[in-house]
Amino acid sequence: MKYIDNAVTLDLQEESCTGCGMCVTVCPRGVFVIEAGKACIVDRDLCIECGACEKNCPSGAVTVRAGVGCANAILKGMTGGDVSCGCCDSSSGKSSCC
Amino acid sequence: MCNILVSMGIFFNMKTTTESSCCQRPDTEQSPQTVCCGAVGGIMKTNPWIEKIQRHATGYIPVVRTGLLFSDRIGTWKARWGVNRMDYRILPTLYAVGEPSSSSPVLVTANYKMSFDILRSNLSGLDAWILVLDTNGINVWCAAGDGTFGTDELVNLIADVKLQDVVSHRTVIVPQLGASGISAHEVLKRCGFRVIYGPVRACDIKSFISNGMKATSEMRNVTFTAMERIILVPIELMITLKYTVLTAVLFALLSGISGFSYYPRLLETEGIVNGAVIIIAWLTGIVLTPLLLPWLPGRSFSVKGFWTGAVVFVILLVSGIITGDSILFPAALAGWFMIIVSITSFLGMNFTGATPVTSLSGVKKEMKYAVPLQLILFTAGLLIWLISRLL
Repeated sequence: MKYIDNAVTLDLQEESCTGCGMCVTVCPRGVFVIEAGKACIVDRDLCIECGACEKNCPSGAVTVRAGVGCANAILKGMTGGDVSCGCCDSSSGKSSCC
Repeated sequence: MCNILVSMGIFFNMKTTTESSCCQRPDTEQSPQTVCCGAVGGIMKTNPWIEKIQRHATGYIPVVRTGLLFSDRIGTWKARWGVNRMDYRILPTLYAVGEPSSSSPVLVTANYKMSFDILRSNLSGLDAWILVLDTNGINVWCAAGDGTFGTDELVNLIADVKLQDVVSHRTVIVPQLGASGISAHEVLKRCGFRVIYGPVRACDIKSFISNGMKATSEMRNVTFTAMERIILVPIELMITLKYTVLTAVLFALLSGISGFSYYPRLLETEGIVNGAVIIIAWLTGIVLTPLLLPWLPGRSFSVKGFWTGAVVFVILLVSGIITGDSILFPAALAGWFMIIVSITSFLGMNFTGATPVTSLSGVKKEMKYAVPLQLILFTAGLLIWLISRLL
């Protein structure tokens, strides 16, 4: 299922890419393939900005501004709280969200 | 020795410690020994998913069942409905299934009991170690995004349980959806253990292992099937319930307004109906939007939710639930339309956090126009509806 086009912050610097293939392995949306020894982005709009690629790229070729695609978290951030779902917020004890 | 078990017992919700003395059978040096001890009995009684507790050179390792008990299934069901969801956790430590040896694989997961149950129920017949990280009882995917299912936690726990003395190999299998929290090359550098990313779904683990730790591309892609969407509905219902009931009561109370007077008798007729309209709008927003998600028009969830609302408005109109005979009925209709679609659009937008298909940037983009529109629509709708009652 595809979401909104032309929105994500995913970036791939081919010069730094060593073709190790970790991004292909960890991406849950099939954004990358390896072609001619380098990583390629198949469809940028599939990206959900989870950050797995950046975390596991040993050469730093892939970057993305990772974050939670959660409206509730953003609403909280807008009203002055932390930009967090609230469901992962164990310090507040009980509660909410996804 | 029993002190460790007693403190484990406290964590495992053992309310009382039983005998303070252990009746331990004499050890042989190489083989693990099943410990016989009052504390152990207590731990296992309150945690029936533990089959036995093995004594290992590195410490105590609970051996867990691969078959789920009724109490496990009830626990999952309760969590799905938001009951005890934030405290449904187990002790973060090393566990075992079957009879693992020093060459058996190590599978890593979170200490949310639902995650743990899903994992172990897919390991029947296997001999493996399960390394459970402290994610504060949050599932792997959320905890990885949050940072608790992370490099530091993994490296520290590997050292704490002395994994290097448990297994002779140097690999750990991490679920693929933990990759957004784990840096594999950093783990290797810091503790010498190589991270192999396992499949997205636990049901693929057995094939993954028997294929020599190889995953197909299906195993590496996350899905969002109808079943996977529907299972999220109960918790969404429970989270939004109180706001919806308040809104329904508000509309019911406002239904007493007619002309420039207030008639409490109207609450019994129109009040009930108007409150029900709100409840119906909420239910359709929460149930229909996730169910029909891929087929609803539009990429943004607020738009998809709008269409669900439009459909339910037509149904309510055609079925006669929204009805009226005054000249101002068209105005009331317009008001209802705006109220209903703003609610369902908002609920649809809120579903973004429950999916593996939305990006932060995309959600921000859609919220920029969606939130103001929803606010304006709801307020205008409410005003128009009120005015149609006043005049």
